[in-house]
Order: sequence, then structure tokens, then C-alpha cells
Amino acid sequence: MKKILKRIILLSIFVSTISTVIAKDDNITINVYNWGEYISNGSDGGLNVNAQFTKETGINVNYTTFQTNEELFAKLSGGGANYDVIIPSDYTISKLIENDMLHKLDFNNIPNYNFIDNNFRNLEYDSKNEYAVPYTWGVVGIYYNKKYVNEREEDIDWNILWNKKYSGKILMFDNARDSFGISLIRLGKSINSTNEDDLHKAYQELIDQKPLVQSYVMDQIFDKIGNSEAVLAPYYSGDAALIMKNNPDIGFVIPKNGSIKFVDSMCIPKGAKYKEEAEKYINFMCRTDIALENISYIGYSSPQREVMDILSKDNSYNKFSYPDDDTIKNCEIFLNLPSEVNILLNSLWIEVKIGTDSNWILFLATILGFIILYISVYIYKKRKNKLFYK
Amino acid sequence: MKLFSKIYQFLFFLFLYSPIAILIIYSFNDSKSRVIWGGFTFKWYIKLINNSEILSAFSNTIIIAVVSSVIATVLGTLAAVGIVNTKSIFKKVLINITNLPMLNPEIVTGISMMLLFVFIYSKTGFLKPGLLTLILSHSTFCLPYVVLSVLPKLRQMDSSIYEAAQDLGCNHFQAFFKVVMPQITSGVVTGFMMSFTMSIDDFLISYFTSGTVQTLPLTIYSMTRRIISPEINALSTVLFVIMFTLVIIINIRKGRERVKKSNQHILSQFIKI
Repeated sequence: MKKILKRIILLSIFVSTISTVIAKDDNITINVYNWGEYISNGSDGGLNVNAQFTKETGINVNYTTFQTNEELFAKLSGGGANYDVIIPSDYTISKLIENDMLHKLDFNNIPNYNFIDNNFRNLEYDSKNEYAVPYTWGVVGIYYNKKYVNEREEDIDWNILWNKKYSGKILMFDNARDSFGISLIRLGKSINSTNEDDLHKAYQELIDQKPLVQSYVMDQIFDKIGNSEAVLAPYYSGDAALIMKNNPDIGFVIPKNGSIKFVDSMCIPKGAKYKEEAEKYINFMCRTDIALENISYIGYSSPQREVMDILSKDNSYNKFSYPDDDTIKNCEIFLNLPSEVNILLNSLWIEVKIGTDSNWILFLATILGFIILYISVYIYKKRKNKLFYK
Repeated sequence: MKLFSKIYQFLFFLFLYSPIAILIIYSFNDSKSRVIWGGFTFKWYIKLINNSEILSAFSNTIIIAVVSSVIATVLGTLAAVGIVNTKSIFKKVLINITNLPMLNPEIVTGISMMLLFVFIYSKTGFLKPGLLTLILSHSTFCLPYVVLSVLPKLRQMDSSIYEAAQDLGCNHFQAFFKVVMPQITSGVVTGFMMSFTMSIDDFLISYFTSGTVQTLPLTIYSMTRRIISPEINALSTVLFVIMFTLVIIINIRKGRERVKKSNQHILSQFIKI
């Protein structure tokens, strides 16, 4: 009995491997690479967008996700991964275009592009509108706890993140571009500044801010702001609903002195196997009903006028997601920086995060400790041996 | 002293199991937050069933873990048998070579494998990064663990038993499966279990060799820009409960066998008398 059971298990494992490795669907499968938690997947009572696409066109979707733009870029340039549709942000798109890693889109296959609002055409990173179709966008603003922060809403700007009064209660972005962007805006510079002096000044400001910062975080902000562990944090406007649902004391401000705007767009990378099907997918994602499903799941802002109009009727968080035109005009989009500037930015950021000198001392101390330990054990053993032989 | 050891024991288990306990508790949390308790609910479990992304990542992970740990166990056991039977100098070299990948930083292993697979793919068109390369790389890094857990069992074994089996009419295979295998089974099972868990929670190597396939750790990581969905808590709870019941069943069966054996023993004593 046992033997038979064992054999059956072994056989089933064998068959399942063979079938998964060898068996291929007759249908085409396109590979889609998107941000995590960035599509309506049917779990919130909404539509499962990918399943709907397969149902309508017969094209299967292998949907995978990434966490940062840099991760996506590494994956694409590393080779071996053939994606058909990718959804990176602005500055990564310009980097991909510079490296000749994107296909030009055939807009005859994407008639739904007409729905995209004029404000989101010919953006800086794709000025001729050849490579990218906007999917979502958003603005960076400051989340603050109304119970603890007594400034009036209109007085809040980036300076509050440098206010000693809130020492230890401030959170900051855990990525170089956003943190330096904030610091540069505060100094009145462009977030795409390539001037070394500007960057060094921004770096100095971040170093000055460091003692006040509780921690550099990304998604932990939801917990830390949610339970009032921290009271001030910059983050993306699209997460307002998620944050405020848990804690109604939280407010959101987009500083008047400017901010960062980002646009995530759909592109087709070189090496895509099924370009036409990928365009079909992009077109599908632009259809008003599908875009509406996605946007209501994600919470970020839509680049489609009609979707905005429908949402503005029933979404109370809408005022955060769709700021007025004056505020938007003050916002800048990240562009790809020349590689020397990127390297400088990253090394400065590392210095901000881990400090410069203290780290070396720790490193040397560890190595010294090891050496001392080794020598003492060696001496101890030698002595013991001597005693033994006497 | 006794009190002290009791306290120590308590703290020990607290450290081990409190993270899991919190994970399980928050899988029933009505709010998406990881700190604020919003009431009791089963909704994450229901959502999990409908979430094709997480489920497909999960099934990929399980397929890869099962297949690669089976491959690693078979190859590792054979390698261990080979190593034990080689001559002394060569043996040490072999053991060190098999141990090396274990000491190698995972990131180095991951990148070198990616380079290898991409190289082969670009030259020949075989081995497109995906499920197959994941299985290959996972079985590679699991192999040393199997060898390491089987070797001591083989060393403990008296080699003359194998020879005796051959004297009594077994051919090589029969001698191996009927005499050697039963003695090293515990080592083989340990190796298999270790490979299985290592494969399930591997992130770095999968990250570099996955191509367009996504495993569960990669999916969870990609969620951290927004917030990790409590569906992951629900999935982990389900996994934990399954493993827990499996361990209990195995222990109960072992216990019963022991009882049976001791009964037989007593019986045989009676008969002798």
C-alpha cells in the first residue's frame, strides 16, 4: 500500500513537471510587467482586468510585478526576459528611450489613445508622443496628522519637514530621486538640476534634516502615519484613500512652492515578441470602463478626462488625487539625468543614509575585534599545549 | 534554577512563535493596516481565492520547490555515496568543492547563474530564463545541503553491511536500495525538507534567474511600494496550518509505530518465557 502510494506521488510529480515545462498553450501569451498592486485584479469586488482581456481577445496574460523603476531597468538590460508591455515611470522611460530600448508604438492600433487628456500628451520624457501611453499619474505631497501639527493647512510647505518642533516625528522617502527632489524644490531649484553645487547644497540640507528624521521608509509610512507614530511624511497623492481610511486625522497638502509629479506609462520594450497583441492590450487598458476599474482599485489619478469626471461624482478623496491646475503647473516631472550626475546623486544619497565616518570606524573595529579574538584563542591554545606536554 | 529554566524556555518559544502568531492574528484584521485592528473578518481568505496573481505565483513556487528539491535530493544522495567511496585526498577536495556554493554569497551565485543562462540562451536559443532555469538554479543551490545531511549518515554506516548484502546475493542496486537506503533515509528526508524550504523562501537567486516567471517572494516584494496585502497573511496562515498538521500527523504515526514495536517486544519476551 505504502509503496503504491509512494509511486503514485512520484509519478504525479514527474508528470506535473513535464507537463508544466513542455506543454504550451496554443494561444498567444503576452508578458506584462507592472508595479505591484497596480491593477484591478477582481479581489475588491471589481473586475479582473487581465481575465477580461483574455476573455475578449483570446490572448493570455502572464502578469508579473516589480517594486522600483531601477528593478525594471535592471531586468530589461540584463537580457533574457522578453516583456511585451511594461509600465515604468517618466524618468525611466526617457532613460529607456535614450538607450534605444523601446519600440515606437503604432497608434493606429491604439485608437483609445484619444481618451487621454491633452495635459498628458507630449510630456517632457516623450515629447513627440511616440513611445508611451499614460496609465496613471500622481503628485508628491505631505501627509500630516492634524492632532499634532498645529500649522494651518495653507502654511504647510516643505520647510515643515525641517522644523525642529517635529523632531523624531518626520518620515522621509527611502529613494534618492524623491528625497533630493524635495530638498531641491525647497532650495528653489529644479528637481532635474545637473548642477553639482545645487546637488551638494541639497545634500547638506538633507544632512541637516537627518537628526529630525525618524526613518527613511517607503511602505512603512502606512503603518507609521496610520498609528500616529510619525506625524509628517511626504508620499504619493494616490495613497490618500488608503491612509485616511485608517486614520481620519490625517490631512494631505501639496506644497504651494512646487512639488514632484510622476506619470506611469505603458510602453513596449525592444525584444517584445508580440508587438501587435501588446498594442491591443494597451488599447484595452485605455478603454474608459477598464481604466475606471483600474483607477478605482489603485486610487492613483487617471490621465483620462472622462474617468476623472465620473470619479469626481462619488469619490471624496478626489480632491487629493486631482489638484487644481495652478498646483499642477508648479509640479515638475523627473527626467533622466546624465550618468555622472546619477552616480553623484546616488553616492551622496548613500552618505546621507549611512553617514560617512562612523561607518568606517565600525568596520575597522569589527575587523580588529576578529583579529584580537583569533590571536587570543591562538595564544590560549599554545599555552594549554605547553602545559599538557610538561 | 528550575524557575529560571522555565522562564528561559518561555522566552525561547515566545521569540520563535510570536511573529507567526501576529501574522495569523492580522490575517483576520478587517483593516488593511498592519497595526490598527479594524475588527474580525474572513475577507482576506475569500479575496485570496480570487486573486489569480498571488495564486499563480504560489503555484509556481510550489512547482519549483517540489521539482528542484526532488532533483537535488536524488543527485545529492548519489553524490554523497560517491564521495564516501572515494580515496582520502580526493575525498576532501570533493567535499570542499560541494560545500563551496553554500558559503558563496547568494548574490554572486544568482548573478553568475543569470550570466550563464543568458549566455547560453543568446548563443543557442535554449534555456530561455523562466521556469526551467529557476528549477535548475534552485536544484543547484540546494544540492550541497542534501550532500551535507546524507554524508554523516553514510559515515555512521558500517560498510561491511553493504558487502555482506552482496555476499548474500544482492546485486549493486538491490544492495543499495534494500540495505543502504533504509539506513540513510533520515538524512535524505532532512536534505529534502531543507531543500524544499530553502527553495520556497529563496529571493535573490530567483530574482536573477526568473525571466518573466514570478515566484511568491518576488510578488510579495513588489507589493511593498503600496502596502503588502493581508492576503499574504492569509496565504501564510494556510501554509503554516498545513505544515503544522503534517508535522503532527507524522509524529502521531511515529508514536503509534513505537507503541506497536514495544508491544511486539513484550510479546516476544512472553513467548520466550
